[in-house]
Amino acid sequence: MNKARWIGLALLAAAPLAGMGDYPLHLIILCLLWAFVYTGWAVMGRLGMVSLGHGAFLGVGAYVVVMGWNHFHISPWLGLPLALAATAALAFLIGYPCFRFKIVGHYFALVTLALSEVVRLIIIALRDYTGGSLGVTPKTALAKASWSLSAMQFSSKLVWFYVILMVWLAGLWIWTRVDRSMSRLALEAISQEEDAAASIGMSVTRLKLGVTMVSALMTCVGGVLYAQYQLYVNPESVSGIGISLQMVFGAIAGGMFVRLGPTVGAVFTLLLAEGLRLTIGHDIHGLDATIYGLMLVLFIIFMPKGILGAAIEAYEKRRRAPRVAPA
Amino acid sequence: MLSVSRLTKRFGGFTAVNEVSFELARGEILGLIGPNGSGKSTTFNLIAGALAPSAGSIRLQGREIVGEPANRIAHHGVARTFQIPRPFRRLSVVENVALAAYYGQQERPSRENAFAQAREALALVNLPAEDSARVDGLGAAGLKKLELARALATRPQLLLADESLGGLDETEMHQAADMLAAIRAQRGITIIWVEHIMGALMRIVDRCLVLDHGEVIAQGPPQEVAHDPKVIEVYLGSDAEDVQATVAARTG
Ligand SMILES: Nc1ncnc2c1ncn2[C@@H]1O[C@H](COP(=O)(O)OP(=O)(O)OP(=O)(O)O)[C@@H](O)[C@H]1O
Ligand SMILES: [Mg+2]
Repeated sequence: MNKARWIGLALLAAAPLAGMGDYPLHLIILCLLWAFVYTGWAVMGRLGMVSLGHGAFLGVGAYVVVMGWNHFHISPWLGLPLALAATAALAFLIGYPCFRFKIVGHYFALVTLALSEVVRLIIIALRDYTGGSLGVTPKTALAKASWSLSAMQFSSKLVWFYVILMVWLAGLWIWTRVDRSMSRLALEAISQEEDAAASIGMSVTRLKLGVTMVSALMTCVGGVLYAQYQLYVNPESVSGIGISLQMVFGAIAGGMFVRLGPTVGAVFTLLLAEGLRLTIGHDIHGLDATIYGLMLVLFIIFMPKGILGAAIEAYEKRRRAPRVAPA
Repeated sequence: MLSVSRLTKRFGGFTAVNEVSFELARGEILGLIGPNGSGKSTTFNLIAGALAPSAGSIRLQGREIVGEPANRIAHHGVARTFQIPRPFRRLSVVENVALAAYYGQQERPSRENAFAQAREALALVNLPAEDSARVDGLGAAGLKKLELARALATRPQLLLADESLGGLDETEMHQAADMLAAIRAQRGITIIWVEHIMGALMRIVDRCLVLDHGEVIAQGPPQEVAHDPKVIEVYLGSDAEDVQATVAARTG
């Protein structure tokens, strides 16, 4: 198993060297980037904190860095910690009262949903700086060179591939660390019996805030990378309901309880989006969001463990079955 | 150890606990009894910080704990069981208890120590401590034991045990009662025990506090309480003679 994992990783890392076209490489990069973001969402989503507001953190990441660069000549490398600080503050602002006053389940989802919309509306309202709904492009540093480290801009897709591959791996590592931590057990306990958890000394607020921070900061990093890679962001693509729902969909469809679940979800979402684009095109506004919503409901009802979760379960059932039969 | 004074809890216009006052000495076992709905579990919820009192004071070793959240009160050394067991169903039996050992003590042990302490607590209540033991595999009696093991794993100084024996058979019941007495003897824990099965309770408690409609109607040693006409009227009823016999057998 372990060997297969390393071979798979080596193949993935070597794939672009085999000379694939720019477009397939672009799709792989986006896949890994969204896989990282969905993994970040799943860090808290799997523990019963279903946030419909992660678009807010993605938006803060993308816009703080781009605004800092465009208006204040702050290098994205400096913008990144600023964005992380802003995200942490925002996550605390929304998380602390929710967790302190036991806003859970649907109510938590609604509060966070409002958060992502507020961030989107703020970005649009500040149109003089942000370009409003039309979006914004980071001032290019690629006029004379093909890359600029200080501007975090690289025209080579290969560079981005390796950067985002590393970030994705880091995301999986964080997921695993959280998975094996005492906090994860504690949060599962909290999501099942909050009063009993408090009665044995768990600080529900602090534990929930902890994973929320991890999850929000990962999402923020995703937003920064998205903006720097695409060199264009608009409020719809990094904040608001649409993208927040897409994160929920990706993580749940792939399987939020297994490490590679959100990654499978990212592949699935991308294939779905490409499929929709080829069959329906861009014409019918809002149709894709409707389809995501519908499919999300179907997944939650019929495949709550997601594609990978269900596959692993089926595999283990088959492996165990022969041992039971002779007895 | 514990000093409760004029403790009151109102739910809307209804007073569930009304000006309850009592003192508890270190190492004592107090039986908290009374008819259904008399306010016993509510009193536990108030002491453990699960509910905020409407009025009154609760002092633990001289320190006022009213207003502190449940998790901090746990760190002050108060553990409680729930009348209706509230296990973490999707975690294993050991994990249930290990969380209590990890988060419930004032000084946080390492993960390994927490699991080792959890196994000790499980052994104490006679529950399987293998990693594979699931909560779903436990019956009603097992769940009660799990409640107790989880509470004990926080190494409390004051244990609030809410009807731990309902659902156990006669021998199990007496085993469990003896176990509480043994825990008190070994660890010097102070215990408040809520229990409707007088045969078990009266055998081991040092003192009783009787509630009715949220008010204290009697308190004192078992032999006094068992003969108190008011207690017989509102609670013991036709069982009074059996209870008196139990108490007599114990003192005799
Ligand atoms: N959260 C609540 N809201 C409203 N009323 C409540 C609440 N909790 C308890 N009560 C009421 O307070 C009264 C005392 O309840 P409590 O659970 O303390 O009784 P008890 O002595 O533990 O009874 P039992 O022996 O049946 O366990 C009951 O009438 C109950 O309905
Ligand atoms: Mg009760």
